[in-house]
Amino acid sequence: MTPNLHLWLIPVLALIGAAINGLFGKRFSRQTVVAVALLFSGAAFAFALWVASQFSSLTTPHIETLATWIRAGEFRADFAFYLDQLSLVMLLVVTGVGFLIHIYSVGYMWEEGGFYRFFAYLNLFMFFMLTLVLASNYLLMFIGWEGVGLASYLLIGFWFTKDSAAAAGKKAFIVNRIGDFGFLIALFLMIQHFGSLDFAQVARGASPALPGGEALLTTIGLLLMVGAAGKSAQIPLYVWLPDAMEGPTPVSALIHAATMVTAGVYMVSRSHVIFEHAPGAMMVVAIIGTLTALFAATIGMCQTDIKKVLAYSTVSQLGYMFIACGVGAFSAGIFHLMTHAFFKGLLFLAAGSVIHAVGGEQDMRKMGGLRTKIPWTFWTMTAGTFAIAGFPPLAGFFSKDAILFKAFTSTYGSWIYWAIGVFTAFLTSFYMFRQWFSTFFGEYRGDDRADFHGHGEHGHGGIHESPAVMLVPLVILALLSVCGGWIGSERFDKFLAPAFHASEFTPVVQHGAMGMGPDTVVPATPVLPTGRRDVEVSETLLTGISVAAALLGFLLAGQLYYRRRDLPGKIARALGGFYETVLHKYYVDKIYAAVFVKPLIEGSTKLLWHGIDRDVIDASIDNSADGAREVSDAVRHMQSGNIRSYAGWVAAGAALVILYMVWVGTR
Amino acid sequence: MVPVSYYLILSGILFACGVTGFLIKRNIITIFMSIELMLNGVNLSFVAFAAEWKALSGQVFVFFVMVVAAAEAAVGLAIIIAVYRTRETLNVDQVNLLKL
Repeated sequence: MTPNLHLWLIPVLALIGAAINGLFGKRFSRQTVVAVALLFSGAAFAFALWVASQFSSLTTPHIETLATWIRAGEFRADFAFYLDQLSLVMLLVVTGVGFLIHIYSVGYMWEEGGFYRFFAYLNLFMFFMLTLVLASNYLLMFIGWEGVGLASYLLIGFWFTKDSAAAAGKKAFIVNRIGDFGFLIALFLMIQHFGSLDFAQVARGASPALPGGEALLTTIGLLLMVGAAGKSAQIPLYVWLPDAMEGPTPVSALIHAATMVTAGVYMVSRSHVIFEHAPGAMMVVAIIGTLTALFAATIGMCQTDIKKVLAYSTVSQLGYMFIACGVGAFSAGIFHLMTHAFFKGLLFLAAGSVIHAVGGEQDMRKMGGLRTKIPWTFWTMTAGTFAIAGFPPLAGFFSKDAILFKAFTSTYGSWIYWAIGVFTAFLTSFYMFRQWFSTFFGEYRGDDRADFHGHGEHGHGGIHESPAVMLVPLVILALLSVCGGWIGSERFDKFLAPAFHASEFTPVVQHGAMGMGPDTVVPATPVLPTGRRDVEVSETLLTGISVAAALLGFLLAGQLYYRRRDLPGKIARALGGFYETVLHKYYVDKIYAAVFVKPLIEGSTKLLWHGIDRDVIDASIDNSADGAREVSDAVRHMQSGNIRSYAGWVAAGAALVILYMVWVGTR
Repeated sequence: MVPVSYYLILSGILFACGVTGFLIKRNIITIFMSIELMLNGVNLSFVAFAAEWKALSGQVFVFFVMVVAAAEAAVGLAIIIAVYRTRETLNVDQVNLLKL
């Protein structure tokens, strides 16, 4: 008999906070709003910690059914919560980082309008995110999935009077809908073929022995990946995430770096059984991850907005997580997800603190020399930067190294993934240190007047350190970014193993399934998908190479953005067209606008609006109304109220009848 | 024996006179008389056919019509007097209160 943990309370606590602030917050003082928001998100975190403390005594997966939700014939979906190692990690990351960011937001948003609204949305986000990670079936997960999309939309467009923020919110929502469409079709296929959306039953049902077998699982896997690409900002649906930086910085940290965007990685990991039986889908996941990691990193190199750099970096790091999923190293992906939540949350919060310090300026070219002025922010951001760049012994090193190692050695892996991954690690290191050097070193290049007439979201004068309420979360996250990796990927792997190998299956072994040349020849004996290929490679060597890549990035960035600040401009000029292309983000937004958005708008305007809605539907209604009015106008004159004219009509009618009868009679 | 068509033509003429009077006259009394003229036109065709077909039902109809016409005359004249008392006119064009 396993104890009832009342898991449902965790999301519901956040929902209560959202409801109280959302419904009554307008009349509350700021202090009350803060008390409500922190109480409920903190309670959720405390509850999650308690659940974690009880975890070892549970048999996993631990499922708690609250109520039946839908029952239709054979199909059944419950309000049920599912706790295993995977959801526990997600639960702790979401509530923990979420709570820290709530605290930080108190300081960051203190002077903003709509204070209560912000915290209501933030708690609402927590509710949906917790529903997403605790759901025991895909349908409930989908509720959370859509809900976080809604919260993300609301928070990106938080400053809705700003056109760009409203547009960014819409863009995020619409691009996510494209992904959700794929996810939804995957769910329909699951209902059709497995008869259930329950994680456990889908895992049992997903076997190549099914009719359609591997092709079906590949289809489902690819559709799930479409959903994941939308939510987790992967090629080709990544375009919304950089724009999402229009939202307040704590939102960027919580939703668009630490938690929501990793939902896709979580979902793919949760569906690992499907992917393990569909090597084609796995390969697509790995390729998308690899390309996204590289592509976003190159764009990140040219961005000048401090938040945009971090946004592209997030896209790139999410790419790493998908590489891990794509080579079957789900636990490495989740490990990176966790460390990324720490250091990217930290980096965003620190960037927010920098923006706060310089009065709303986000352009790194107008910063510099802030090292001594905001030391706390500097040191925490340094921890985050070294962590993401992959310097040992910080968190990012361990998780990134685990992914790269698995990318090289896994049965699904290939040296190509590894090589691109290492190159991306170099780029990551470069653009992060570029940001670090431009922000904190050299001379202050900002507009002096900004000191007195602050513009943008923060309007106080003088460069100043942020209040303690913002620094405490920074310090905690900095500690986590430093120490978070010390668990070690091996131990993390072992911890998560029950969640990833609980289902029994015999792996599909296919020769040359990867199509990646001789490297991919799989041993004839069945191996676990996360097992090693028969390659002779020293782990130390691989680690050494990735550390060297990080170091190289550091040195290069130092050379270009600290010692010789004139060089970047010269290099950019030398590269000419290529630099321009990267600077304009490979014109992807413009291409999408020309290929998808413009035809859609034109088609909708000319064909659907003007052609069908206005000229057919509206016209038919208008014309029938006009016709009725004209006929009435004509007929109305018969009702003159004049007895003799009535009599005249009667006589005329009678005469017509007589004429008709005469005509009939004489025919 | 006068052919039935003669009667019918006379009946039609009487009826047409009634209709015309009804339509063009404004005085209620004249209109009333025009209605009587139409009724009598119809009565004439009834009796003409009754004589032609040697059937009594036409005659019976005529009696009915006369009875109804008498009743109608009684009620109608009463209404006319009432209208005259309140409106002090017998011009139908001025008695149009029911018009919207």
